[in-house]
Amino acid sequence: MLTKRAGLKLATAFAALMVAGTASAAEKLRLLTWADYAPADIVQQFTKETGIEVEITLSNNEEMISKLRATQGAGFDLVQPSQDRIAGPQQEFGIYKPLDVSKLKSDLFIASMLEATKKNTTLDGKVYGVPHIWGTDGLIVNTKTAPNVADYNDLCSAAISGKASFRAKRPTLIAFAFANGMDPFASYNDPKAYTAMMEKVGAKLAECKKNVKYFWDGKEQLLNSLRSGEIVAAMAWDTGGWKLNSENPEIKFVAPKSGALGWVDTFAIPAKGRNDDAAYKWINFNMRPEIAAKVAAAAGNFTASNGADKLMQGKLKDQFAESFPKAAIDNIKWYPAVPAGIEEIEGKILDRLKAGS
Amino acid sequence: MKSAQRLTLYLLLAPAILWLGLLIVLPHVEILILSFSERVAPRVYAYGAGNYLEFFTEPLYWRTFARTAIMSIFVTAITLVLAFPIALYIARVAQGRTKAMLLLLCLLPFWVSELVRTLGWMMLLRETGVVSYLLRAMGLADQPVELLYNDGAVILGLVYGGLLFMIVPLANALESLEPSVVEAGFDLGGSRWTVLRRIVIPHAMPGIVAGSIIVFMLTVGNFATPVLLGGKNGLWFTEQIYAQFITRFNWPQGAAFGMLLLLLSSIIVWAGLRLTRQSLGTTLRQA
Amino acid sequence: MAPSTDLDIVNVTKRFGSHAAVDDVTFSVAPGEFFSILGPSGCGKTTLMRMIAGFEHPSSGDIRIRGKSMIGVPANRRPVNMVFQSLALFPMMSVGENVAYGLTCRGVNRADAEERANRVLERVGLKGFGERRVTALSGGQRQRVAIARCLVLEPTLVLLDEPLGALDLKLREHMKIELKQLQGTFNTTFAYITHDQSEALVMSDRIAVMNQGRFEQVGSPRELYHNPTTPFVASFVGETNRWQGETVGETAGTTSVRLPSGAVLQGRGTASQPTALAFVRPEAIALAQGEVGLGGLPNRFEGRVSAVLFDGANSSLLITTPGFEEPIRAVLPQAGPLAGIEVGAPVHLGWAADAMKVFAA
Repeated sequence: MLTKRAGLKLATAFAALMVAGTASAAEKLRLLTWADYAPADIVQQFTKETGIEVEITLSNNEEMISKLRATQGAGFDLVQPSQDRIAGPQQEFGIYKPLDVSKLKSDLFIASMLEATKKNTTLDGKVYGVPHIWGTDGLIVNTKTAPNVADYNDLCSAAISGKASFRAKRPTLIAFAFANGMDPFASYNDPKAYTAMMEKVGAKLAECKKNVKYFWDGKEQLLNSLRSGEIVAAMAWDTGGWKLNSENPEIKFVAPKSGALGWVDTFAIPAKGRNDDAAYKWINFNMRPEIAAKVAAAAGNFTASNGADKLMQGKLKDQFAESFPKAAIDNIKWYPAVPAGIEEIEGKILDRLKAGS
Repeated sequence: MKSAQRLTLYLLLAPAILWLGLLIVLPHVEILILSFSERVAPRVYAYGAGNYLEFFTEPLYWRTFARTAIMSIFVTAITLVLAFPIALYIARVAQGRTKAMLLLLCLLPFWVSELVRTLGWMMLLRETGVVSYLLRAMGLADQPVELLYNDGAVILGLVYGGLLFMIVPLANALESLEPSVVEAGFDLGGSRWTVLRRIVIPHAMPGIVAGSIIVFMLTVGNFATPVLLGGKNGLWFTEQIYAQFITRFNWPQGAAFGMLLLLLSSIIVWAGLRLTRQSLGTTLRQA
Repeated sequence: MAPSTDLDIVNVTKRFGSHAAVDDVTFSVAPGEFFSILGPSGCGKTTLMRMIAGFEHPSSGDIRIRGKSMIGVPANRRPVNMVFQSLALFPMMSVGENVAYGLTCRGVNRADAEERANRVLERVGLKGFGERRVTALSGGQRQRVAIARCLVLEPTLVLLDEPLGALDLKLREHMKIELKQLQGTFNTTFAYITHDQSEALVMSDRIAVMNQGRFEQVGSPRELYHNPTTPFVASFVGETNRWQGETVGETAGTTSVRLPSGAVLQGRGTASQPTALAFVRPEAIALAQGEVGLGGLPNRFEGRVSAVLFDGANSSLLITTPGFEEPIRAVLPQAGPLAGIEVGAPVHLGWAADAMKVFAA
């Protein structure tokens, strides 16, 4: 049995522990982000400079939004959804907090990209996101075994039957819409027209399904299959293509004829974030050219940091130049903000695509 | 005096009631309520049965549902057929050390997570995997064979995952069968088949039902195995629930699907119990 | 011509590793006979019975039923049925289904099987029990179901493996008689194994006493009781006093045995060796208040009652007697002056030379 004295001691110790616990929590930044966006050495440097520890959770767009929705915007201090996934979910679920742009060093950003992102993530006159990393969706092609793949539709050609892959996700729908002469972005705010368009795309994809080995989900799974030759062409992110290109020059990232899809991942602050100061510090720290260059190199993508491109390694630049001639850059389709309800329409098409055989 | 006793009883029951209430009943009630809400406009919801209607009017959903149910029953049946001889061997033939070894062998795959086990199967079955290689090496195939991403692979993975949960209750039930009862079955002129059908199986029935319920529940509720091994064709109802909750942000629809899945499992378990004339009580004791 | 025996065991040996559980056993059972195999646990009687039933296979020798060798015939094809020690009723079936089981295995249709099962149940006194669960029966009723289940098949031979072991004493006594009667009315050959000599003695036509894998003696209950041919049979069958001593002479069929204390006993038997065992049944010991009452008995002693073991008709006395290490057991007289004898009372005792069996140790 506990004596009174021992009990008292235990209570004191417990109280001390609680205080210590909250004290250390106050110095923490809880970051919800993509893989490779917060390399260990960058985090270390940040902690050294500011004394703030960074707790990282890896995720993707849908899960980020779902996680924040479940807690109504609590649990994290900084998140990194794509710029087109901010305004819609904000309107629907109210999971983000308006940014205090004055706390950000605007001159660290590429001005045009900052403005475009702000515009895309503005709701009721308030800005919810600023750009961090950007890249494209296009085709990773094994030019030796699948020399004729130049556009999304070529994934459906009989020549590579059973050796193609794409994701059963919305970028695929958008890409195939463009490839088949439609402009999905123009119909974003017309649900009826958009539904009709998506149904057409769905039919096209259903036809294409027999060509597909699997709908890829994890990036590594796809890259492994491309390495082993089980898959010879896939719709995927540029970064993966360039990574494979470094290992095997025959595998290339190709900007499709109908246009690569351009995405921008942002910084946004959850509605119930507890440490906004740390969040702003992290953003400003990350946009410093030398830091941004390191992060971009780790992720294999490009950064919205002004001047970081000059610090980047030559290899990626060369690969970019090979994949994107001038015309292809101009042809990149940048995602506009996704209006609420669009995912509903797309979701059903994707469900049917997965169910069909 | 009496009220004091009652109070003590309540206090003793409190943890169990709290556990049940907070972790099981409350979430389900919440999901039930959620399943009856419909989105009208951003952040505006109304009550209605639209989510359930959607399930019945969209063939995609109930087809997936039916497919999941039928495949789960099929998986349960295969698991039972495979587990029965193994359980029979463990319970009636193996002795001492061998018995412990065999049970351990069944348990071994469960020391790693389901995900790792499933990835293991992918390593074996993929086009550049071990089985494909062996088939070619033995001259049974002249080019790489893709064994993944079909219903067979899904069933294989699910059966593998369910085997232990079938073997344990079965072995338990069979162990309690007196050897002399089996001998009497032969002695009175029964063939192996007669003894199996009229004596061993009826005796093992509570174990069969318990194992089947567990395996069926695990299979119906499985997510990773059908998604990973089935690939583009591995549609499973849990995947629909996940899609509604996570990629579509449509919680009410996901909740409705969840409730329907609960209903499905309950109905099938109930039907199974009725069919085999077992009571839930004896079955749970066996499990 | 029909063979005159139902069962022939010919030189059967069963080895488990180097141990011979059944060692070169030969015997025959005649049709309609109640034959018991009596022996202590571990003597090999269960192994022998399981070989007849077909659950074990002899290492050598032959088992014949009605002259047909059973070697290689599986248990379910033998015209032999067994009543198990645990009865082994099928708990998942009703009483009627238990009895009809064997018939349906033979391909008898369900209605006929049920009909025949009911008839047999009636004969064993369980009329109207067909629908009951076997778990709802008393011990004696279960016993009868187990037997009915065999008898309905009209087997050549019914094997019974200590089926009364689990019953309480009163019921066991009752069932002994009932079993004997059942065997009589069905006129079926019974082979019964038991370690309880009383069961064997009461029911059997013939008994084989088995010890360490071998048959010591085969004979009628009376033969075994009164004329045991081995010291094992003498001590195992029935109550007896047993002494070890030295043969000191043999004249005109009388053998003298000297106990370690020096006392010399007169008995019958051959003692080819110097050490001998002597057996005297308690009921063969005559008691008297004075030495004169014992007349010309060659073995006469005087002792003191150390215990009265009252058990109705089976009551006996333990008498501490100088010259004997253990008290001598004698039957308590049911009448006469000694009927009321108390502990501590002096008593004279004696027995005839014919009443004492002497064997080489």
